[in-house]
Amino acid sequence: MKNKVFWLFSILLIAAMLLTACGTTEEAPAAEEPAAEEPAAEEPAEAGSLQIPDVKEGKFNVAVVMLSNHDDGGWSQAQWDGINYVQDNVDGVHTAYMELVAEGADSEQVFRALSRKGFDLIFGGSFGYMDSMEVVAEEFPEIGYVHISGYKSNMSNFGNLFGAMEDMKYLAGMLAGSRAEADGADKVGGMATFTIPEEFRLFNAYALGVQQTCPDCSVDIRWINTWHDPIIEREGADSLFDAGSHVVMTGADTPAAALAAADREGVYGINYDWIGGCTIDACLTAPYWVWGPVFAEISEAAMNGTYEYGWHYFEASDGGLGLYGFMEGQEPQPGIADLPEEDVQLVRDTLAAMLAGEFTRFDIFKGPITDNKGDLVIEEGKSFEYSDIDQFAPGAPGLECEYGMFWWNENINAELPDL
Amino acid sequence: MDFILIILASGVATGTVLLYATVGEAFSERSGILNLGVEGMMLIGAMTAYKVSAATNNPWLGLLVAMFAAGAISQVHAFITITLQSDQVVSGLALNFLAIGISLVLGEGLTSLRDVVPSLPSFSIPVLVQIPILGRIFFTNQSVMVYLGFIFVPLAWYYINRTRPGLHLRAVGEYPAAADTLGIGVYSLRYFYVFVGGLLAGLGGATISLSISPGWFGALTTAGQGWIAIGLVIFAQWNPVRAAFGAYTFGALRRLVLDIQGPATLLGFANPFFYNPHNAFFLKMIPFAFTIVVLVIGSREANRKRIGTPSALGLPYIRGQRGL
Repeated sequence: MKNKVFWLFSILLIAAMLLTACGTTEEAPAAEEPAAEEPAAEEPAEAGSLQIPDVKEGKFNVAVVMLSNHDDGGWSQAQWDGINYVQDNVDGVHTAYMELVAEGADSEQVFRALSRKGFDLIFGGSFGYMDSMEVVAEEFPEIGYVHISGYKSNMSNFGNLFGAMEDMKYLAGMLAGSRAEADGADKVGGMATFTIPEEFRLFNAYALGVQQTCPDCSVDIRWINTWHDPIIEREGADSLFDAGSHVVMTGADTPAAALAAADREGVYGINYDWIGGCTIDACLTAPYWVWGPVFAEISEAAMNGTYEYGWHYFEASDGGLGLYGFMEGQEPQPGIADLPEEDVQLVRDTLAAMLAGEFTRFDIFKGPITDNKGDLVIEEGKSFEYSDIDQFAPGAPGLECEYGMFWWNENINAELPDL
Repeated sequence: MDFILIILASGVATGTVLLYATVGEAFSERSGILNLGVEGMMLIGAMTAYKVSAATNNPWLGLLVAMFAAGAISQVHAFITITLQSDQVVSGLALNFLAIGISLVLGEGLTSLRDVVPSLPSFSIPVLVQIPILGRIFFTNQSVMVYLGFIFVPLAWYYINRTRPGLHLRAVGEYPAAADTLGIGVYSLRYFYVFVGGLLAGLGGATISLSISPGWFGALTTAGQGWIAIGLVIFAQWNPVRAAFGAYTFGALRRLVLDIQGPATLLGFANPFFYNPHNAFFLKMIPFAFTIVVLVIGSREANRKRIGTPSALGLPYIRGQRGL
């Protein structure tokens, strides 16, 4: 008798484990299958941890693979908005997304599975997908792969995509410096993720912006070693605020900087990535991505077979980038209201010049720039070039650079890490 | 000086999460039931607390429901290990998967509520805040859950060591057959203390999502703290006061990893963590490495007596059978 009960329970338990360990896998198909039969429902398929969404025959199938969840309030949510925009604005496409896909080996499985399912164009939304996408792109030469951030391309079906976010980070730095100066503070903070050229570029741009409006301010840096861990992001912001930062800008995925600021008196956070992430008063601004038109343009070109997979790097003037509170139709956040008028005007003017294409990232990274060891990075009258912006000197073979990004601007209070 | 006080103060805050989970597991293990599902129960607590708080706008109600939800799911483990007398390790692991899965499914969509869900208050304690050093660490702008922890730990210690029900609890975990002959309900007490363990794990989880790091972030909400709690129980030798000490230390270590990247010099010496922040991530590993070491030491038969492992821990009690 007891044995029977035992077996019954073992079976129940195993069933429960199967149902929950792959919980969404069990549920998603049920929700999805009717959707596949009804042409009316063209929502991106709800995809759980590793549930591969279906393609639609006769459509151009586009997928985006994301690191965190689609409602993370930052990086991935911006991409999710982007893929939804493609669904709504490009004729003849079917879109899907996958969320919470870990970087590394996991992501290779996901890209391969999506390719086997028959997707025609796949966006990979995190730095760490780069090598996986490169491998899978070799196996499926007919399918297009576009990797956001990162630095690799095979020039045939695996391309790199990014934009001049340093422009917006530079402006955010101006606002942070202005805010600190206005409140009599002398320190702002930056929460950096990994020691890659992208992070050096963005935080140097931020520090150069701070220097414009608050020459006496220093910039503290914390490395958090993750793109997406809201709790560590929060602790990183707390750590910077506790050490005296007046404004903290995050380089990671979620709006943790402003949330941490909201629990304190009179300090501000600068969020990143998503237009909707700046909802509370403690958020000073947010440099953000507008992926919709970018994805749509690429999808259309890929559908027509005219997209050239290479290094696709868009400028502020191409759309795709924004600074929350300063774009058309937006109200500045409350923390901007009492800033000195000339600082705000400087931000507005620079932004207008950026959007008009008259001020680019090469105007940010131009001499003279001194690093925090006192050495001259680049002398007066010279400017960085494309190869300097996203590499450490001496650069990759064939794309050598003179300066590279392995330096900290003079007002940054941090050492260069071992790479 | 301020640098150290800041780290210790935030260690007390984040350590409170571990504190509740660890003391809860200590109660369960004192009664003889090892429950490896702490991580899952904490997630259930964190998710339920956030969900109820979002729905009702009342974080206190969220806290209460979270405790009972985690307590309820712990009873699955209780039934399997106490009534069905199955292996506690296997069942605990299964409970963990079950609870993580449930909380991820039911937590879908909660992440986006980040700005609107009310959380539990933080405040400073008047008078006590003026004590030098200690006031800064323990009584300045801490969460109400931290203060509850200060009250809870000595009470838990007193309950286990100085009261009659506490004596029954220890008896059931040390020598259930003897306890049974004295009319102590071994089965019902074990059920009860597994439930208490669940309640407190849920409380720990709710402390994260409603107070220490408000929000719901899926499995990243607890990010392995449940496992550290299990290691801490052994380190604490099933003693709530030692558990509090360990929990606060590990909490401080979490922030140390970040804060130590800041100053260029420490006590007049060049700070190695400033010159290479990657060194700091070595510190991050310590709680997990510590957990492994403690589990290895704690699982050696020769050490069990010495560190005070409850003698009947992990063994099902079958009335009328010889031995324990």
